[in-house]
Amino acid sequence: MLAYIIRRLINAVVTLIVVTFVTFCVFFLVPKLTGSDPALLYVGKQADPVALAGIREKFGFNDPLIVQYGKFLKGIVAGRDYVTGADVTHCSAPCLGYSFKNSQEVWPLLIHALPVTFSLALGAAVLWVLMGVFFGVVSALRRGSIWDRSAMTVALAGVSLPIYFTGLLSLSIFVYWLGFANPGYTPFFDNPWQWFTGLLLPWITLAFLFAATYARLTRANMLETLGEDYIRTARAKGLRERTVIGKHGLRSGLTPLVTVFGLDLGALLGGAILTEAVYNLRGLGYFALNSIRSSDLPIILGVTLFAAGFIVIMNLIVDLLYGVIDPRVRLG
Amino acid sequence: MSISSASIGASIQRPFFEVKDLNVRFETDDGIVQAVTGSTFSLEKGKTLGIVGESGSGKSVTSLAVLGLHRTRSNAKVTGEIWLDDQELVTATDEQVRKLRGGKMAMIFQDPLSAMHPYFTVGSQIVEAYSVHHPGVSKKVARERAIDMLARVGIPQPERRFNDYAHQFSGGMRQRAMIAMALVNDPALLIADEPTTALDVTVQAQILDLIRDLQEEFGSAVIMITHDLGVVAELADDVLVMYGGKVIEKGSALDVFRTPQHPYTWGLLGSMPRLDRDVRDRLTPVKGTPPSLINLPDGCAFNPRCPYAGRNGRRSFTEVPVLRDGGPGTGAGHLVACHLPAEDRTKIFQQEVLPNL
Repeated sequence: MLAYIIRRLINAVVTLIVVTFVTFCVFFLVPKLTGSDPALLYVGKQADPVALAGIREKFGFNDPLIVQYGKFLKGIVAGRDYVTGADVTHCSAPCLGYSFKNSQEVWPLLIHALPVTFSLALGAAVLWVLMGVFFGVVSALRRGSIWDRSAMTVALAGVSLPIYFTGLLSLSIFVYWLGFANPGYTPFFDNPWQWFTGLLLPWITLAFLFAATYARLTRANMLETLGEDYIRTARAKGLRERTVIGKHGLRSGLTPLVTVFGLDLGALLGGAILTEAVYNLRGLGYFALNSIRSSDLPIILGVTLFAAGFIVIMNLIVDLLYGVIDPRVRLG
Repeated sequence: MSISSASIGASIQRPFFEVKDLNVRFETDDGIVQAVTGSTFSLEKGKTLGIVGESGSGKSVTSLAVLGLHRTRSNAKVTGEIWLDDQELVTATDEQVRKLRGGKMAMIFQDPLSAMHPYFTVGSQIVEAYSVHHPGVSKKVARERAIDMLARVGIPQPERRFNDYAHQFSGGMRQRAMIAMALVNDPALLIADEPTTALDVTVQAQILDLIRDLQEEFGSAVIMITHDLGVVAELADDVLVMYGGKVIEKGSALDVFRTPQHPYTWGLLGSMPRLDRDVRDRLTPVKGTPPSLINLPDGCAFNPRCPYAGRNGRRSFTEVPVLRDGGPGTGAGHLVACHLPAEDRTKIFQQEVLPNL
């Protein structure tokens, strides 16, 4: 088990390094290849040549790519100073870069946005797992019934309707029409109730999208599991039907969901761009959107790395969890 | 048990286990699958009944019907009577049947790897089988019982193996564990559905010995479902040959092996490899494939594969043969469903079939 964990950990670290390198290349090499000057993005369109040269030196744009990448990695571990002559800008570790547009270090900016994204993602996750599994199981048990068909139709709608449609629809119904308070983020520790009510609508909207997928997945998995020989064995032992379904069926029917759930949650933790935009929540997705609009490369890079990091971490957790929930993995 | 008292109305002495005119059919998108038609047989305690036939002949469907496992399938329709110790099972409630399942009647399945849950330890699955029929028994007692059963079926280091998962067992050990699970509640009726099919030949013999030993110990009635006549010869007191969902020959093992009556039984015997035969001789397989249960051939279901069909004019193609006494030269209770006259059967068997066996 320990060897398994170590192997997965090494795997995760290597993946992250590769992701940083590729992202770095994309964001710092592409402007060069397309002939635009990254320094231009930092100072604005009408900058004078002296200022541009200063920026280039300060950010090391004149260095070869590999040197720039080395400095970037070093900055993550040990912090970094951007220097032109007497002008020193310090960026403390872990330094993901410095946004001169905002005159802010990227790391604290993103860390500050995390609670919003976390609250949104985790709350929605709880909702969609509960809803998805419930509807999926009931549909599987009553396959072909009216209940099954209508649940699956709603699920299909959930999968196909985009957030900016369901989000805006929910806003116009609940906020503008029925007069509920506008959704917004209040830190949990300031006021738990406001935190809850402020996020309820975004949660439901986001959960609707995912619950639909999960209901369909759960239904398919359960149908497959219920046809397995070991379910017949469980019945042949004289177990009650609710034990057969609730214990033997769910145990294997839901296990594959863990993988999907880990990936979905990981992706969401990197920022639910559309949901955050629709409800004006200032999480990672909001920063991603804004920085893309204003071509704020360090923040884009930072958000990308955060998102990749979450996916890698969630994947790691899923892998470790699989070692626990699927006894057959441990040997491998 | 109070449930059974209601059904003890009849004054006649019933066999311990009796199936009367059992029909099982499934409604599918492709049509109605007539899986079992008019199956009738009985079995006393301590005796073994072998049910033989190819895949799809209705053997397994019959056993699942006994355990009431078709009840969870909404498209299955079971009619007829199944009597276990004076209790009728087809008309019993789901809850009544559930209580018998795994308790008074238990089943050993064919492929123990897929028949055991991959995510629960073997021990916990046996404990579960015991606890559900012994409510109120402590976990410790159930665990001791499970370990005891693992030891009884010959699993070494049962205390350690208790915590292993099915995939950590070898094929033979897995089947032993499966048997331990089926026997944990001392079932009076044990159905073994091809228990040795997935196993090495050497292990097969061990498992069969084990089942026989345990049967002697517990005095259970055993139904041994198999397509392997060797297994039947080894264990069974009575034999039932099924084809196309119908019983086509029935009798004591001795009679069926000594004077088999149905051409299909001859075919099965001819397909059996034998060590005492010249290597150059070829096996004589039954030609063709088992019939589709959705669309059985008219007349005798075996007619497309029967070398003797047509000896009675069109009868084999138009009239379904009934199961009746085998006629002169057969033992008492030896029944066969064949249009061939008894004398012809005896002659064909003696002159054409026996020399090739």
